[in-house]
Amino acid sequence: MPDEKKKTPLLDELEKGPWPSFVKDIKAAAETQPMAEDLLGQLELSYKDKISHWKHGGIVGVMGYGGGVIGRYSDVPEQFPNVSHFHTMRVNMPSGWFYTSDVLRKICDIWEKHGSGLFNFHGSTGDIILLGTKTDELEPTFSELTHLGFDLGGSGSVMRTPSACVGKARCEWACYDTMGMCNEITHTYQDELHRPPFPYKFKFKFSGCPNDCVASIARADLSIIGTWKDDIQQDDAAVAQYAADGVDIQKDVCDHCPTKCMSWDGKQLKINNRECVRCMHCINVLPKALRPGKEKGATVLIGAKAPILQGAQLSSVLIPFVPADEILDTLKELVSRIWDFWGEYGNNRERVGELIQRMGMATFLDAIGLDPVPEMVSAPRDNPYIFFRKEDEVPEPEEGAGEPKQK
Amino acid sequence: MATQTERLTDIGPPDFHQFLHPLIKKNYGQWKYHETLAPGVLCHVAESGDRIYTVRCGWPRLVSLHRVRFIAELADKYCGGYLRFTSRNNVEFLLDNPENIEPLKKDLAAAGFPVGGTNNSISNIVHTQGWVHCHSSATDASGIVKSVMDVLCDRFTHENLPAKLRIALACCLNMCGAVHCSDIAILGIHRRPPRVMHDTLNKVCEIPNVIASCPTGAIRSATYEGKPSVEVIEEQCMFCANCYTVCPAMPLNDPENDGLSIWVGGKVSNARSEPRFSKLAIPFIPNNPPRWPEVVDAVVNIVDVYARNARKYERVGEWIDRIGWPRFFELTGIPFTRYHIDDFRYAGLTFARSTHIRF
Repeated sequence: MPDEKKKTPLLDELEKGPWPSFVKDIKAAAETQPMAEDLLGQLELSYKDKISHWKHGGIVGVMGYGGGVIGRYSDVPEQFPNVSHFHTMRVNMPSGWFYTSDVLRKICDIWEKHGSGLFNFHGSTGDIILLGTKTDELEPTFSELTHLGFDLGGSGSVMRTPSACVGKARCEWACYDTMGMCNEITHTYQDELHRPPFPYKFKFKFSGCPNDCVASIARADLSIIGTWKDDIQQDDAAVAQYAADGVDIQKDVCDHCPTKCMSWDGKQLKINNRECVRCMHCINVLPKALRPGKEKGATVLIGAKAPILQGAQLSSVLIPFVPADEILDTLKELVSRIWDFWGEYGNNRERVGELIQRMGMATFLDAIGLDPVPEMVSAPRDNPYIFFRKEDEVPEPEEGAGEPKQK
Repeated sequence: MATQTERLTDIGPPDFHQFLHPLIKKNYGQWKYHETLAPGVLCHVAESGDRIYTVRCGWPRLVSLHRVRFIAELADKYCGGYLRFTSRNNVEFLLDNPENIEPLKKDLAAAGFPVGGTNNSISNIVHTQGWVHCHSSATDASGIVKSVMDVLCDRFTHENLPAKLRIALACCLNMCGAVHCSDIAILGIHRRPPRVMHDTLNKVCEIPNVIASCPTGAIRSATYEGKPSVEVIEEQCMFCANCYTVCPAMPLNDPENDGLSIWVGGKVSNARSEPRFSKLAIPFIPNNPPRWPEVVDAVVNIVDVYARNARKYERVGEWIDRIGWPRFFELTGIPFTRYHIDDFRYAGLTFARSTHIRF
């Protein structure tokens, strides 16, 4: 197409520079996919007008599912008829985002036949995003995907597609099998993933250690973050080797320890493990010398979310430690109670973290049957407005009880 | 085995085991330590002595099937077809033969894929859809990311920062990209209250839902020309767009009033200091496509000032902890304004409640 350059002068600017260009990719797809060509045209118009040209979504999907497809319609369909509807399909990725070249090619073949030929690898929640197709193509695409072994991910008020860090597949710090757990939870709750049962979205994210590579504490309603209970595994010879190789153990390791639980006398690194908060800094700096302990498991935290509606929240501690082999059963038991409570008391579009803010953590703990423990708070309350329960009050003496009254 | 005509549902994601490199399958859960051989090149060593090599490269999150097929070819050529993706949109090739590292890097370089993103570098930017596919976006996402990473590409391919630096972009306050805990967050922002489309509102929206959607109670019911509708108390609107999410007849998008804000100092990892939110650095920068030079300059300035002033292992937020916010604004030359002082819920938590002041 000789006129290609003239058609998108603004986007053409984004073909320059060292970072790989998404505009080149849309253009490459446009050579065979008419949808991609019109996407390019509409995006150029957005760059010119400084505004989105997508209309508010519509309800589209595959038969029997209440999520997994994001409906999208152009507000300039007469100019760009091939993207007049341009719905996104969220495809549940394999745990840890592992693939073979073979399966990637087969996904490409399906999408070449049925859609824009454009993807997000991956969307923010972790799904493979098939970016844009027509309503009529949704069922055929879904059919081919399921026969390849893939299913749709979540959207709307469902359990969203859970995600996991690389975990035991390729990380020595994984304190439990994040990928296995993610796969198991996703399969257990297929109904909750595909058919909206909740007041709003619910996210699980599985991180193998406190480095939290899947941002579980910032983004998941239920954050499962690996940790350990016993002492850091320490190889003194390897510490000495790091020192000999020029690592300043005092400055680079001990001085950054948040609880100052380590000391270095030039020969021996001593760790007071009772005071260690498992932050990972020393292990990150000395991976050959220090490793998480052997008594591994996870901390379970609840309630993280982005700002909408009442402000952003980080997850807070719900269970300080669950041994690795008990995590799965604990989670299943826990979420059934959490979902019951949230389903009963949650408002429309209220995340579980906001519900806890509104009703109080203590009320929430009562409802799900967990005892309060000091690990749940950074400090006890500093205001005296305590909602004492009726049952803790000493009742007024009933008439006729207590001291015998004067006759 | 299902036939092509049988309708399958609720099969869930494919079991990941079938996609694991044999070496990974063999040493699953048995990794001992790792080393960085070069920026973007890792070697993980198993208890068995086996070694798996990772070559990490950046790519645009929005890719065509041609690019996906290209990396599939590279994976065939150098690593038996095994590859994965990171949580920050990087591609990782998994190799058992270290002799393939350099040829793979060469092929990646020739095709324009930067190799890096490990340790004390800037990894790939996580981001949202923007004008490419979202109705509520206040800006584009891919275009800004491309423009920022063009300038910061050397910070991806080199590990020359005091600590790792995570940049994220979300094109509106919904924050599909959850940018709220990033070292530097670029956030699309609206500045005009929704325009109520009275003609259509009661046909396309449930009025009680629209009223309930507003976190500040700024929406109340009203009647226009005999039609039930709503009105917005504009001084109570903080432009979150939640009403627009539940009701298409409340659009806020506006070419001149939409733009970007910049936030700094958040982190997700528990290393050293606790995870924390990013804080406001710059309240508003207008949209200036195709390359958003003001946004790029603002981000690069913060990165450069941080790189010059932070100590080894200090993330952006930890550096600011040490030097204090007044010095951050002084060093970066960013003006401090009334918009930097919180006035939403829990606002007082960020007021300075001591005389600890650096002069």
